[in-house]
Amino acid sequence: MSAPGLIKTVKEMPREEYLAPGHRLCAGCAAPILVRIALKAIPDPKIVVCPTGCLEVATTIFPYTSWKLPWVHNAFENAAATAAGIEAAFRILEKKRGIKRPKIVIFGGDGGTFDIGIQALSGALERGHDLIYICYDNEAYMNTGIQRSSATPLGAATTTSPAGRVIPGKQERKKDLVGIAIAHGIRYAATANPAYPVDLFNKVRKAASVEGPTVIHYLCPCPTGWRFPPNKTLEVAKLAVQTRAWVLYEYEDGEYKINVVVKEPKPVEEYLKLQGRFAHLFKPENKWLLDRIQKEVEENWSRLAKLAGIA
Amino acid sequence: MVAKSKLVGLSGDFAVAEAVRQCDVDFIAAYPITPQTLIVERLSEFVNNGELNAAYVPVESEHSALSACVGAALTGARVFTATASQGLALMYEILYIASSLRTTIVMALANRALSAPINIHCSHDDAYAARDAGWIQLFAENVQEAYDLTIQAFKIAEDKNVLLPVIVNLDGFTLSHSLEGLYVFEDEEVPKFLPPKEPVNPIDPEHPITYGPLDFFDYYIEHKRQQAEAMKASVPHIKKVFEEFSEFSGRKYGPIKTVGMEDAEVAIMVLGSAAGTVRSIVRKLREKGEKVGALSLTLYRPFPEKELAELVKGVKVLAVMDRSYSFGSPGAQLFMDVAAALYNLRERPMIFNVVYGLGGRDLTPDHVIQVFEKAKKFAEAGEVEEREVWVGVRE
Repeated sequence: MSAPGLIKTVKEMPREEYLAPGHRLCAGCAAPILVRIALKAIPDPKIVVCPTGCLEVATTIFPYTSWKLPWVHNAFENAAATAAGIEAAFRILEKKRGIKRPKIVIFGGDGGTFDIGIQALSGALERGHDLIYICYDNEAYMNTGIQRSSATPLGAATTTSPAGRVIPGKQERKKDLVGIAIAHGIRYAATANPAYPVDLFNKVRKAASVEGPTVIHYLCPCPTGWRFPPNKTLEVAKLAVQTRAWVLYEYEDGEYKINVVVKEPKPVEEYLKLQGRFAHLFKPENKWLLDRIQKEVEENWSRLAKLAGIA
Repeated sequence: MVAKSKLVGLSGDFAVAEAVRQCDVDFIAAYPITPQTLIVERLSEFVNNGELNAAYVPVESEHSALSACVGAALTGARVFTATASQGLALMYEILYIASSLRTTIVMALANRALSAPINIHCSHDDAYAARDAGWIQLFAENVQEAYDLTIQAFKIAEDKNVLLPVIVNLDGFTLSHSLEGLYVFEDEEVPKFLPPKEPVNPIDPEHPITYGPLDFFDYYIEHKRQQAEAMKASVPHIKKVFEEFSEFSGRKYGPIKTVGMEDAEVAIMVLGSAAGTVRSIVRKLREKGEKVGALSLTLYRPFPEKELAELVKGVKVLAVMDRSYSFGSPGAQLFMDVAAALYNLRERPMIFNVVYGLGGRDLTPDHVIQVFEKAKKFAEAGEVEEREVWVGVRE
């Protein structure tokens, strides 16, 4: 897919900003990086739908708003259904009254996407609405105080999967959101990461060029929930890729491509040790869990490398 | 001059679908549930046959149905959905959001009992579950009213002095699946009553609005007060729509339908399809010289308390019939409304609560006579000896 307007450097990004400064997201949060870049990549006219979550509560505290474009929040589990309604309604209004149909982008957290919103998302993908669904995945329910979601990675401590004396953090692996999205027969899906802004911009731009649903899964490092200093967001994000804990890849019309081929991966500990949520893994009695995480990282890379034909 | 129409035979569900088609809705999202399903089946036929130019979104749950309707309504589209019972329960969270965002969604609710045990037939549990959610609610007594009220519902919802969503209740099976004769307008007549929707603050990238922001203790209560005022202020506008429609159709509409209330000493109040049975018995009793009357609410929310207070002047005992139950409450739902509405009147009737018809149990003429006899006995005794009476139940 060669969408128009792909870029090679950040300098080529449009100057236009759609998210005003002054929002209440935590220092070091990676969500506004996504929102700013993604909205630059999507042509006008466009509108944003958010489920309940960090981004929603921190950008729309009445009587203030950070959004310079139409923005809709309905509830927690229904962003995809709400957006589907908006899309289908604009489609008919375009026919009946000549109203120009805007592009619709959804920014949903992992709770609103992987867990409570998965049914509405599945329905919207199956019905083929023209939507760009971007999950900003900070790997837990950060807005309610760092509870475990099905996007929380193996071994991570959260307030509902604490690093206890008997059970050391989350014992289940992360759900494969992109795999689920692709299984609906959609044309474009990708992962993204704030440390790779040009890759992110181009992926959103490609998604915007597709008529139909597309899904982008964005790793959203969270200093508050992952427990790292707020000035380390991009370092953590980059290490996720360099250790292969986060694989940057895309799926276009049946073809997989790994966008950043990590030939000599760093040990996964390099990524984990910066984050307080994994601190317990470095105790000798939890070594087995660290080994399991490393093994699963390697297995996931091999699986995707095979799909991308580079194994 | 009364609008041109023709006499046809339709079930309640098909009559609602016909009204929705004639109202030229732009958007329908729905999920199948008995006894509503025939409405949306018929609408999807209209859309797929090119007889209705609308988006039909076959969503994966009722929760998504109402969620999609909220999104669609914000674009300025004319929006319809239909559900029943468990489906309404699944929508519950979004009912409040739909009204608080001042959307103008019209919903047909084919009233059905809530589980458990599972039952597909009529109770008013679902309508009552939505009573506090900020929707205007209308009750149809027959298939003609289900058709007429659906058309009026769009006019009420979209009135710029109202801007609230509307539920049109029709009793499951008794109305939804019963074939009745009704007058259906010629297609070209309906737009004379219901012109195209003029959206208020629709989604427009040229004029961005933040819909559904976070609202804390510094503003929330003022917003809720505004919503409360909007609901109260809608009453005269709803009455105006009833009047306009009465003129348009030649069929009389108002908040409350009555028989014999001019001199009634005892009266029976009811919602939905049982009203016809109650009225026919009341007429027979009046022929025998009994001073009895009947009231049925067409407008259930906002509750027409002033109109009710006027009508029950001089009534000694009022039987309030509920097709539902409110476990642990001091009476079922309509009873509590009536009690609250009449409490501060200097002269008010004594009231008692009749529970009937749950899960589709028929209300027979004998049951209505039993209710009348109780009411008459209480009136003679000067006190309500039983506050809660169940009819048609094996005990």
